[in-house]
Amino acid sequence: MYDIEHYVEAVSVEDAIEHLKADPDATVISGGTDVLVRLRSGKGVGGTLVSIHEIPELHGVDRLLNGTLVIGPATCFTDLAKDPLIRSCVPYLGEAVETVGGPQIRNMGTIGGNLCNGATSADSAAVMQTLNTRLVLQGPDGSREVPVTEFYLGPGKTVRKREEILTAILIEPQDYVGFTGCYIKYGKRRAMEIATLGCCVRVKLGAAPADEAAENGGGQETAAQDMQSGGNPESRVISDIRIGYGVAAPTPIRCYKTENLLRGRSAADPSVYELIGEHVLEEVQPRSSWRASKEFRLQLISELARRALREAMLSSLGNNLFA
Amino acid sequence: MESVGKSMKRVDARGKVTGEARYANDLKPKNCLTAKVVHATIANGRVLSIDTSEAEKVPGVVKIVTCFDVPDIEFPTAGHPWSVEPAHQDIADRKLLNERVRLYGDDIAAIVGTDNVACERAERLLKISYEEYDPIVTVDQALAPGATPLHPNLRKDNVLLHTSFRSGELTYEEAKEKAAEEYGADQLLEHSAVYQTARIAHCHIESATSWAYVDTNGKVTVTSSTQIPHIMRRVISQALGWPVGKIRVIKPYIGGGFGNKQDVLYEPLNAFLTIACGGRPVELEISREECMASTRTRHAVRGEVKALFTRDGKLLARTMDEYSNGGAYASHGHAITASIATIFKDLYHDEYGCRSDATTVYTSSATAGAMRAYGVPQAVFIADCLADDICQAGGFDPLKFRMDNCVGAGFSASNGITYYSYSMKECMRRGAEAIGWEEKRKAYAGQTGSVRHGVGMSIFMYKVGVHPISLETSSARMILNQDGSMQVELSATEIGQGADTVFTQMASEITGITPDRVYIISTQDTDLAPFDTGAYASRQTFVTGKAVKKCGIEFRKKILDYASYMLDRPAEELMIWQNQICEKLPEDESAKIDPAAAWADFPDVDFKPFELKDLPNGEDSILRDTGNIEGKPGKVLLDMKDLAQTAFYSLSRSEHITAEVTSHCKENSFASGCSFVDLTVDMPLGKVKINRIINVHDSGRLINPQLAQAQVHGGMAMGIGYALSEELLYDAKGRPLNDNLLDFKIPTSMDIPDLETIFLELDDPMGPFGNKALGEPPVISVAPAIRNAILNATGVAMNELPMTPQRLVEAFREKGLI
Amino acid sequence: MLQIINMYVNGRREELAVDIRESLLETLREKLNLTSVKKGCGVGECGACTVLVDGVAVDACLYLTMWADGKHILTTEGLKTPTGELNPIQQAFVDEAAVQCGFCTPGLIMTAVELMGKGRRYTREELRKEIAGHLCRCTGYENILNALEKVLGYPKEKEG
Repeated sequence: MYDIEHYVEAVSVEDAIEHLKADPDATVISGGTDVLVRLRSGKGVGGTLVSIHEIPELHGVDRLLNGTLVIGPATCFTDLAKDPLIRSCVPYLGEAVETVGGPQIRNMGTIGGNLCNGATSADSAAVMQTLNTRLVLQGPDGSREVPVTEFYLGPGKTVRKREEILTAILIEPQDYVGFTGCYIKYGKRRAMEIATLGCCVRVKLGAAPADEAAENGGGQETAAQDMQSGGNPESRVISDIRIGYGVAAPTPIRCYKTENLLRGRSAADPSVYELIGEHVLEEVQPRSSWRASKEFRLQLISELARRALREAMLSSLGNNLFA
Repeated sequence: MESVGKSMKRVDARGKVTGEARYANDLKPKNCLTAKVVHATIANGRVLSIDTSEAEKVPGVVKIVTCFDVPDIEFPTAGHPWSVEPAHQDIADRKLLNERVRLYGDDIAAIVGTDNVACERAERLLKISYEEYDPIVTVDQALAPGATPLHPNLRKDNVLLHTSFRSGELTYEEAKEKAAEEYGADQLLEHSAVYQTARIAHCHIESATSWAYVDTNGKVTVTSSTQIPHIMRRVISQALGWPVGKIRVIKPYIGGGFGNKQDVLYEPLNAFLTIACGGRPVELEISREECMASTRTRHAVRGEVKALFTRDGKLLARTMDEYSNGGAYASHGHAITASIATIFKDLYHDEYGCRSDATTVYTSSATAGAMRAYGVPQAVFIADCLADDICQAGGFDPLKFRMDNCVGAGFSASNGITYYSYSMKECMRRGAEAIGWEEKRKAYAGQTGSVRHGVGMSIFMYKVGVHPISLETSSARMILNQDGSMQVELSATEIGQGADTVFTQMASEITGITPDRVYIISTQDTDLAPFDTGAYASRQTFVTGKAVKKCGIEFRKKILDYASYMLDRPAEELMIWQNQICEKLPEDESAKIDPAAAWADFPDVDFKPFELKDLPNGEDSILRDTGNIEGKPGKVLLDMKDLAQTAFYSLSRSEHITAEVTSHCKENSFASGCSFVDLTVDMPLGKVKINRIINVHDSGRLINPQLAQAQVHGGMAMGIGYALSEELLYDAKGRPLNDNLLDFKIPTSMDIPDLETIFLELDDPMGPFGNKALGEPPVISVAPAIRNAILNATGVAMNELPMTPQRLVEAFREKGLI
Repeated sequence: MLQIINMYVNGRREELAVDIRESLLETLREKLNLTSVKKGCGVGECGACTVLVDGVAVDACLYLTMWADGKHILTTEGLKTPTGELNPIQQAFVDEAAVQCGFCTPGLIMTAVELMGKGRRYTREELRKEIAGHLCRCTGYENILNALEKVLGYPKEKEG
C-alpha cells in the first residue's frame, strides 16, 4: 500500500485546485507513474493525493481555428502518439513519447506529468523545447501561460506552484507548420529506458523569404503536405531550424546560437552536419553521473545532432537530399 | 524410446498460462502479518544501538527485533550438501541480524506489522547509531594493507581463501626456457592482459519471498521461493539452533532462481520472526531493490593472464592470477572462484602446462554466490578473450587456433571428471558452417568507416554435477494409484527449467505408464518429499534422472511381480507397454543401435569406453537399462487399471505398490559447446547490433528437444545482457546505485535478436538416458563471442564487462577510430 | 481509510471496501484472490502485474484501486471459456514452449489479449515493441514471440 493519509478524486480542475489550496500536504496525481514511484521510495509520504485522473476535459488533443494545437495534459502517451492531429502536425512528438518506458507505462503516464516532473530526461522534453510550447497553469488566482523554454528551474524543479494544475499544452502553427523533424532517444536499452540523451532537430526549408511567409499563412498545411513541394535541395535553404535536447544540461535546452548559425544555409550544403555537431557543444552543459560521463554525453550530443538533422532533412527532401 | 526424446508439452504449462499455478506469495493465509528488514546505511562498521521506542508506537506494529535480540549463532547459507567433515563445511559467518555491519544494506533489524505502511513508518522512526569504518568495496581496497578485516574471528585479513591449480610440471618461466630450446626463441610469442568481469544480479522476476508460521505440531513451517528445500531446512535448523525435525520447508512453483535461490536468503529470519510473534503467520517479501542489493550476485572477477605460444599457433603455457570479489559474506565460499580457475586451466591444452591461482576476497559489498554456470562464464570470458587476443597477436584464425589447442577428446580432469563423450570440435565445425565463418572473416577484413561488421566465437566445457567435489545424492518415490496411474515424488525442484516435465518423461519411459498418467508432485514439502539437494549445477536430469530411473526399475519390477501373480506366468516373460501388461518378445538384435556407430564418420567425436564393473554398487544396471523397451511388446494380457484395482483390494493378496530409492551418484561428465556471433558496431554511438547469434550444444541426448531449445534461448539472452549491459554499480561509500530493473539493464524483447540453436545429440554413457548438462551452459560462451566479434569488427580488444556504449566509445576514441 | 467501490472483474460485479492506499495489484490479489497478477517490482518496470482496465493494459502496481471504480478489469483468470478451454493466446504459449518459470506469463498474456482486441496483425518487430514492457529472464523472448506470431502475426508463407 502507498503511504498516504487522504485521497481526493477531483471532479473538475477547480475542485482539484480547491483541495490543493486547502491542504498544504496535498500533491496532484495524474497518471501516477512518477508520483506513486516516489511515494514508494519514501518521498512525500503521509500526505494527500488529489487525483485528476478522472477529469475528462484534461484528456485529448484539439486544434483551434487559428491552427493552435491544444493537448490535454492528462492524455496518456499511447493516446497522444496515435492521435491523428499529432501524427499529421507534429509526428516527432508522437515518436518521442512512443519511446517512454514500455506500452503499459505509456498507457498510464501522461504528457502533462512528463513536463511537470521537471526531468531533463523526459522523453517529450527535447521536442517540446523545439516547439516553443506554451503551458497553461491554473491556480487559485487564475490562469497563466508559461513558455516551456521558461518552465524549468532546475533538475526536478519547475515554475509550477504546488497548487497549480497544468490545464493545457499549446503549440502554435508558426512552430509546427512546414517543419519536418526527428527525435532520437539514446538509451542503453531499446525499451524500458531512461534517456542517456534526447535530441530533437526540426527544420523548415524554403526557397525564398517570400515563399516562407506564404507557407506560414496556411495554418492547415501539414509538414507532410509541405514535403510534396520539396524538390531540389540546391534551390532550398534552411529557413528555420530548432534544436532541442534532454539530458544535455540540468534542464531541457534549446541551442539558439547554433540555430542562428544554420538558418539561411543551403539545404545542399554538406557542411551543415559538421557545423551542427561542433556548435551545439558550446551550448550544452552535460554532467557526469554514474549513468554516463560528460565526455560520453558530449560525443552523443554531437553525433545525434548530425543524425537528427539528416533525418529531418530527409523527411523534407526525400531521396533528393542525396541526389 | 517412447517418451524420452519427445517434445512433450510442459506438465505445468496449463497451470502457468491460466495463472492458476501457485507461487509462494499466492499461498499465504489471510491476515498474514508482514515483515520488513531494516538495512544498514553504512557499508562497514558496527551498530552501537537501536532505539525502537518511537517506532513501537506506530499503529499496526506488532514486533521489532534488532541485531541485539537474535541468537548468538553464526550459520552458513550456501546451497551445498552438508559435509560431515568440518574442514569441508561451508563457512558460518553471519547471524540472523548483524551487529557488525559488513555491507551497505546489511540486515540489522526487522519489523513485523499488520501492513507494509506500518512497517515503513516504524522504520523511519528507528534511531540507529553506528561506529563507522572505511568502506572496502573493491578487491584492491579490501587487500590493501591496513584494511579492516570483515571477519576477524575467521580470517586475519580479507582473503577468504587462496588456492593454486596447475597442469604440467614446469613454471611459466621454465616453460619459456624449454620452449626457447625446443622451438627457438624467435619462434615464440607472448601476450599478457587483464580481464575484468562485472558483478551482476540474477533478476528472477519473482523476488525472494517466503512466509512462515508455527504449525499445530510445533514445527516452524516456511513456504519459500527456493531451489533447495531440503538444504534450506538444514540451514534454518542451524540458524535457529532448532533440531531439523522441527523445521518444515514447502517449495511451490517459483518464478526463477538462476542460483540466487540456491542460497538460503531470508528464510531463517522469517522463521525467527514467526516464532517471535507467537507462531502467527508472517510474510517476508523482499523488495526488488533489496533483492538486488542484499541477496546474492555473480562474482566480479579480475584475471591477470599471460600466455606463451609459437608463431604457428601452438599454445605452450598460460598463467592466471584471479581475484574474485566475494562480497561481505562467504555464501558459497571459495567454490566458485576455484571453479573459474580450473575451467580456465582445462579449456585449452597448454603443451607445458598452466598455472591458475584463485583468491576470493571479502569486501564490504553485496555477497557473491551461485549464479547460472557457477563461475564458468567468468572463466571462459577470460580464457576466450585471451584466445582471441593470442590470435590477433599471432595472426591466427580463431577457429583454427581453437581446433588446434582446445581441450581434447578423452580429457580427464585432475579430480577424475572425464569427457566420456566428446564433440567440442564437431560443435565448432557446425557453428562455423552455420554462421559462414570463413566467408565472413574474409568479407570483414580491412573495413573502414564508422559502422563495421564482425564475427566472433567462443567455446565452453562444463561439468554436469558436483561429484567428486561434493556429494551427489537423490531420492525418488513412485506410488501406484487404483486406476493404474502413478505419482512421482522428488525433491529435485522445478524452477522453470522444465524439470517436472522431463522427470515425467523419464518415469514414463522406464515404467511403460504413459506420461498422461504420470502425476509428478511439483511442490516439495520436506515433511513428505524424499531427500534431494535441489536444483543447482546442471545436475537434475543427470543425478536425479538416475534416481528416477532406479526407482522406475524397482517400481516396474513390483508391478510385474504382481502381474506374474495374477497371470500365473513368470515375471521375466512380461513387460509394461502403454499401460498394458504384455508378453515380452525377444528384442530384434539388428534394431539395436550402437550409440558410437552413428558418429563413426566424425573423426573428432569420441566416446570414452568405460567398464561397467568400475561403477559403484548397482549403478551399472541403471545405466545399462534402456527403459521399459528391453523387448518387444507382444500379446496384451492385462490392463494396468485391472492390475492396480486388484493389488489394492484383493482379499487374497493386497499390496500397495510403491517404490522408493536413493541414488548416490558417483559419476560426472563434461558437456561442451560454443557460440558464434555476427554483429555490427556503430562506433560513434557505441552501439552493438547482433545480426545473428548461434549456440551449439552437446548436452548428450535431449530428454525434451523443445524445452532444451527454450533453455538455450534463455541462457543466450542472459549472455547478451552479461556482454553488453548488466552491471551492479556502487558509489565510493558502498551504496548501490542501480538496484532496480530500470537502471540495471537486463535485455528487453527489443534488445534480443532471434536466437538460433544447434544440438549434437551424442549419447553420454554416464547419463541415465545418455543425457548431460544443459541448464546452465547456454549462458557461458555468449559474452566472449560478442567480445571477439567486436574485436574482429574494430580491432579493439574490450577487456572489461559489460561492453557498454560508453566503454566502447572511450575505447574507439583511444584508438582514434572516432 | 476504507471506501466502497464497484468494479467489474472478469465480468463479475464486485462491491468492495478498499483502503484508499491500495494498488489494484493488492486489491486483486489480497481481496479477490486473483493471484495470476504477479508482483515483480512494484514500480512498473517488469510488467508481471499487467491487467486490462477497460481493455487497456496497465501495470496494476502503479494503478490506484480508487481509479478502478466503475471500470472493467480483466485478469488471466478471466480468459478460459466456461468449459475450461484455453484462449488462443494461452494455447499458443503452451504449444510454443513460451512458458518457463511462468511468473511473467500471465502479464504477457494480458498484453497479448489487449493486442487481440485491436483486431489487427503485427510483424515480429512490432510484437517486440508491444511486449517490451514485460521483462522475462527465462526465455530470451524467442518462444514468446513465436507464440504471439502464431495468433497475432501475419500468416506465414509456406516454406518451399
